[in-house]
Parts: sequence; C-alpha cells; structure tokens
Amino acid sequence: MAIRLKVNGTIQDVDVEPDAPLLWVLRDELGLTGTKFGCGIAACGACTVHVNGKAVRSCGVSVESVANREITTIEGLGAKALNPVQQAWIEHQVPQCGYCQSGMIMAVSAFLATNPNPTEEQLDGAITNICRCGTYARIRDAVHSLSTAKQAKGAS
Amino acid sequence: MISRRKFLIGTATAAGALIVGYGLWPSRRLARATLLDAKSGERFVANWIKIADDGTITVVIPHCDMGTGIFTSLSQMAADELDADWSRVRSETAPADPLFANGSIVEGFVLEMRKMTRDSIPSVLQGAAGNTFRTLAEYADVQVTGGSSAVRMTGVYGMRVAGAAVREMLIKAAAARMNVQPNEFHTEMSRVIHTSGKSFGYGELAAEAVNYSPSSNPELKSKSDFKFIGESVARFDIPSKVNGSTKYGVDTQLPDMCYAAIRISPVFGGKLTLLNEESVAHVRGVKKVVKLDDAVVVVADRFWRASNAVGKLEPVFDHGGNGAVTSKTIRDRHSSALQHGKIKQDMKTGSGADALNNAAIIERFYNVPYLAHAPMEPANATALYEDGRLEVWSGTQDGLGSRAFCAKTAGLKLNKVTFNLMPSGGGFGRRIPGYWNFLTYAVKTAMAVPGVPVKLIFDRQQEMQHDYYRPNVTSRFRAALGQDGLPTAWVHDYTTDDAPNPEAHIFYSVPNQAYGTARVDVHVPTGPWRSVETSWHGFFIESFVDELAHEAKRDPFDYRRALLQSKPRHLGTLNLAAEKAGWGSPLPAGRGRGIGISECFGTIVAHIAEVEVNGKGQVKVHRFTTAADPGFAVNPDGFKAQMQSAVVFGLTAALYGEITIDKGAVVQENFPDYQMLRLAECPAIEVYVHESDAPLGGAGEPGVPPVAPALTNAIFAACGTRIRELPVKNHPLTRL
Repeated sequence: MAIRLKVNGTIQDVDVEPDAPLLWVLRDELGLTGTKFGCGIAACGACTVHVNGKAVRSCGVSVESVANREITTIEGLGAKALNPVQQAWIEHQVPQCGYCQSGMIMAVSAFLATNPNPTEEQLDGAITNICRCGTYARIRDAVHSLSTAKQAKGAS
Repeated sequence: MISRRKFLIGTATAAGALIVGYGLWPSRRLARATLLDAKSGERFVANWIKIADDGTITVVIPHCDMGTGIFTSLSQMAADELDADWSRVRSETAPADPLFANGSIVEGFVLEMRKMTRDSIPSVLQGAAGNTFRTLAEYADVQVTGGSSAVRMTGVYGMRVAGAAVREMLIKAAAARMNVQPNEFHTEMSRVIHTSGKSFGYGELAAEAVNYSPSSNPELKSKSDFKFIGESVARFDIPSKVNGSTKYGVDTQLPDMCYAAIRISPVFGGKLTLLNEESVAHVRGVKKVVKLDDAVVVVADRFWRASNAVGKLEPVFDHGGNGAVTSKTIRDRHSSALQHGKIKQDMKTGSGADALNNAAIIERFYNVPYLAHAPMEPANATALYEDGRLEVWSGTQDGLGSRAFCAKTAGLKLNKVTFNLMPSGGGFGRRIPGYWNFLTYAVKTAMAVPGVPVKLIFDRQQEMQHDYYRPNVTSRFRAALGQDGLPTAWVHDYTTDDAPNPEAHIFYSVPNQAYGTARVDVHVPTGPWRSVETSWHGFFIESFVDELAHEAKRDPFDYRRALLQSKPRHLGTLNLAAEKAGWGSPLPAGRGRGIGISECFGTIVAHIAEVEVNGKGQVKVHRFTTAADPGFAVNPDGFKAQMQSAVVFGLTAALYGEITIDKGAVVQENFPDYQMLRLAECPAIEVYVHESDAPLGGAGEPGVPPVAPALTNAIFAACGTRIRELPVKNHPLTRL
C-alpha cells in the first residue's frame, strides 16, 4: 500500500513497508542522499531532518509515522536561497569531511527557529549530534554569530 | 601483518639509486593525460594542471578529500607559482590511473627517510629523480592520502614545481608569438605581460604552451613573494557540504542498483560453517544470499531490506582458534612479553641501559587500548561486474591503489577495472591501502551478481567490529636522574606487532638512551590510526617526562625547557603555548594545567590543557591552548581547523576510547558503547602558529598525540591521580 509523504513541499507516494525507516526511504526511494546514514540507532544525528519543523533523527522513525507531515531535508532547507545556518557554516568554514553536517545544520536550524538566542547551556543540551572531525568549536562560533546578528537586527 | 610503513614506501627504497632518465611529464605523457582527463577546450600543460581556452585553471589532485582541505591548499600552491587569477582556479580528483600516480609522495617519504630535502638533490638530477619517483609510484600504484603528506610532499614536490613550470611555458609561448625574449615578460592575474604593455591571457596561450616541455626545476618563488600560500583562502569543498550535494561513496546511485548488507565472522578469521538461507527466502526484495569464506551477504533491492534480512539469518562461524581471547588475556601477554620475554634492542645512545647501573631507578608502565577509527561514513563500496569488466565507486585513501587492489581481488587485469574515487566521510587511517575489507567484500558480492550494480554498506556494528584497530601497546620506562633532577638515563621498551618505531625516540636531551621492543602478535587486526605510532608514544613519553619532573620536584614546564635547550623549534613552540595559556598563573581549586608536546610528520605541536575535577570526580576540560610549528602554514585557517579537530579527536580517545575483546570478538557495537565527544564537552580551543624556517610539516595528524598526555598531566595537577592507562573513564578520580 502506498504511503503518502510530503517532502520538501512535494507530495510523493511510496510503495514500501509501513515500518521502513524514513532515512532509507528518503535515500533509496526518493534519491535524496543529502541525509546521511551514521549509526542506524538515532545516536549520532547524521540523518536529522525536519518533520513539521522539528528535528527528527530519520533512521529511527518509520515512514508510516510521518505520512502526510511536512518533511524537510537538507536539499529542501536552502532550495530557494541558503538558510542563514548554511551561510554561517560557510562564513565560519565549519565543515571538514562534511558527512555529519547535513544533520548538524538541520538540528541547529530547527533549534534556532524556536530559540533564536540560546545560552551556552541550551545549545549544549540541544545539539547532541556527533562530528567525528571535531568541528564543534566552529559550530559554536557560527551559532553565536547568528544569534548576535539577529540581536543586532532586532536592536536597529 | 604488513608493516604500517609499507603502504608509504613499498618498493621505494630502491629509489636510493637515482636513475638518469627523461624529465618530469614529457609531452607525450601530457597528451595521454589530456586524452584521458580533459574536457573539450582544455588540456594538461604540465602534470596536475589543466588550462582551458576560457582561462579556467583546474588543479588535478592525486589525493582523496576526507575533509582536511587539501584540495584547496594544493591549489593555492600551484596557483601561487602560476600567478593565477584565483577566481578562475578549480580543483578536481585525479583519475585512478597509473598516469596520475603520485611520485611526489614517494619522493617525499624517501627523502624523509634519508633526512634529505629536494634541495639536497643536485638540480641537474631533479628531473631524473622526479621521474624515478614517479615510475616507482606507478609501479607500486601509489596515490595515497596518508602520513599528513599532501601539502608537504605533493604540494612541495608536485604542485609548486608544476605551477612554476607551467608559468615558464606560458611565457615561452608569449615570447614566440611576439618573437622576443622570455625575460621581457612578467606574469600577473593569469596574464603574461610584455614590457611594452601588450599582454595575453593564459587561456589564449595554453594550446601553444604545451609545445614546450615542462621544466623539472623551474624557478620557484621566495616566501616574500607568495600571494596565496600563507593566506586563509576559503575552502572549495564547503559550499557543497552545507547543502547536501557532495556525493560521498555511500551516495553512489546507479540505474537498477541493488544494496548489500553483511555479517562478518565476529571472531576475526572465523569461517562460515552453517547458514539457513530459508529464513530470508521469501522476504520482500531479497535477490540473493552470498556465502563468502568468512561472511554472509544479502543482496536486496533496498538497503533496509537487505539489512533486515541479514539480521534474520543466523550464520554460524567457527572461532579460528581464538574464541577464548579476551582483553585481559591480551593485556597479560603484553605485560608478560615486556617483563619476561625477549627484548629486541633498537636504538641506543651513550652507554644506553648501562647508565641505569648503580642508580636509583624510576620505573613506570603505561598502556593504551585498541581504538576504532569510527569515521562518520561507515565503510562501503559500490561495484558492477559485467562482461569481464569491473567498475567500483568508493571513498578510500588511495584511488589508484584501490583500483589495483580490486583488480587483484577480481583476478582481472588493471585495464579491465575502473575505480571512481569518491569523497570520504572521514578517513583517519580507516581507508588506507592494506585495510580494505569493504572493497574485498563489495567486489566478491558484485561478482556473485554479474550485471547488477550493488552497493555494500557496513552497518555501524560491522564497521565497529571489523575495523583495523589502533594497536594495544604496553610500555615500560626506566630512568635515572642526575643531581639537577634531569634524566641521565632513559630506557624505553614497548610491545609491538610491527617494526620498531622511530617515533619512540625522544627529542629531549638525555645523554644515555636505549630502546627495545617485545613482539606480541594477536589475532585482532591493527592498522594506522590518525598519527599512527606517535599516537601512543606521545602519550607514553609525555606522561613519563611529567612524572620525572614531579620526582625531581620541578615545574613540568621548566623541566621540559631544560631538556630542550638544543631544540629551538620545540622550545619556541612550547614557550608560545605556555605564554598564551598563562602557565603558572593561579587557578581555582580543583583545576590543573598539563603539558603535552610531540613531533609528528614534521610538525611540532604543544598543547596545554586546563581541566577541572569536580567533587564527584568528573572531569571537565575547560580549555586547550595549542601552539604548532609546521614551518609555515599554507592555509592558516585550515591549519587551525586541523588542530581543533585533533584536540577533539584526541580527547575522545583519551577520555572514552576503548575497543575491548571478549570471546575473540570486539564487544563495542555503536556510538553508545564507543563514546564520542560532543558539543557540550568540547573545550575552548585556541591555536597559535609558531613559524620557523623548517621544511613544511603535516597538518592532519600532528595535533593528536600530545592531547592525551596534556589531559592526563592536567588531571594529575588538578587532583593528584596519575593516569597511566587510557582511557580516563576507567579511573575513579577524587579531588584532593
């Protein structure tokens, strides 16, 4: 039976088992390979996407559970123009191997959407994705540049 | 096992005899390269450099991109010598073809072994020598990325020379056009400019420039003339890494492809003895169950189906005689080998171990555990076998080497095999030649389903349990101190499954030194792990020297300084780190600072860690202050990024890293039980570059070794507990 997905604003019907992991449906059925496989048990965050605006680790959710919801992947995030998080990532030269960064950017963009000026503790608590290249110091700088930019804009 | 050095030098020792031959990349070679790898309207003008009619300069990189930024730094080196317009410079991966074998790497490692630089080869022989190295690289299929060698070898011996040679050829072409002398021209922003003011774009001259042979010893710029080298140029690869468009090996997509999941014998070397294929016969999408000697593979139309199916199979493997091995039995063998086994003497200075006689001996043992590489992209490869030909897509640390390896695995000639080198989601040594189980399994699987492209992916458990691990190493130090508290004798014996490690030898000034190894072979496969031998010797040496300072009741910084008086680079680097860290300034209760300094692949790195041990015995790493001397940083921001990366990689290993063995197999399965440092635990990291006139050193690895000792020495300063066995998590800590 087909399952109806809404990915990056496009409705797509997929003929897969209801318990198929969203990650693999995105990658192998829909060809959206920007979302990465890292651990398969929702421990690393490389597969993070947005479901109705919230960050979700897609390897750990069934495709059935997200049917008819708004799914956004890294390909959709900056499709029209780069998202500010993506811009900050370029400005701060964050990625190294880059493999975790799709998930990292999805996690950070969802977090900043609800908490645009986070404290250090809030950021630490919210962003638990693994980056094996150790880009954390730059991630921190990039996030703070965004909150400062927003503050500056708000003040003017 | 294969010596970890073999991947780098292979047959290269033969290069001691410099054969006189033709110059680097003669014209016919350029023509072949152009035929193989140039688009319409572009051509190779020298090795690694293509220029198109529209002026686009493409630097062809004989390395893999695993995240260190080398495609950009190497392009900076070529473009600087070329006086290029940076906005017209691109880079791409070299084809995995013998034509693009990387002689510069062989040259670099051979010269390094002989403690030589390129300047020590007479200029008239440089072309011949370069040619010899290239021939050796072809012979040994070398296109490796490892040993932190890209910038300091490919960049120094390859890219700069090629860039300068192309510049000379472009000038000759312009001179011929105007029928004047070449010395009437200068170059700037991709233009050749005559004293009269008339100028030509590189694009318009390129087709004529190929009529001249590239010089193998063109005039190179002096440091003061660098325009791009030494600048923090933005990396080429980052824009496509923030929008998900970079295609890693695991992202390979082909029409009608299948996917494969694997279960390898949990005990290394175990053989498949029993398999009930019926359990998956009717699972949706399953195409084939492939039985291999030591593994079983399920091929299906989707990866999650293959993965589910392989989980349902309950293959039985034998233990190959290693079913009773545990971490404890391994550790006992290492300890026993050191204390009761035969010690093979390595290097000795002064009177060596005899200097311990009649002295009060300080003896200490240290141990480091097995470690997995755990790159974020698990090992994978896509392969298609059809009509006696094989094509493979994968991220490895050697494209040409991978092609030769796949050919050998398939029993095919090299010209029947194509290898597409993809960017890697982290390498750290996991993808180095000799450690390619994923290629073996992918090729064998593809050959079992001819005509079907199949992507084999290790799931995280297979990746964790079938890696080639940083070895477990046990170490024994003995020292005697003189009246001033400085060591008069330094005797270091350690276990190994490889050749003696030159990385054990200290840069500290101690008159009598002796080194020895005790051989221990275990069935657990080992391999190079970011910074290789220095990853353990850095910890051992810097822990022991800290203990000696403590025994001598001297400040660990002053103690090291006293031992480095004849080493200005080391001393300068350490001084810089100490100054920036505020060494000696007061800290709140429960905090301490620790030093680690190592030399690795030509770069000296000093870290000063500042840690807190709280009332519950938990360690919080607050700050790392890093000073590094790579001679000169080609891309300072990129170099700093590698140091920041090394701190996190080193802390992850030192705090948590441990692969344990039970019943002959790896216990850890995934990230919860092989813990990674995350954002919340990442300290503030400040990086300072200490410049010197030394030849360029590496960037990717040298920051790792001094991290662990800086941390454990800081823990000692904070709470008085000396950690001699990693990881830190295994030690209960109490605050003083």
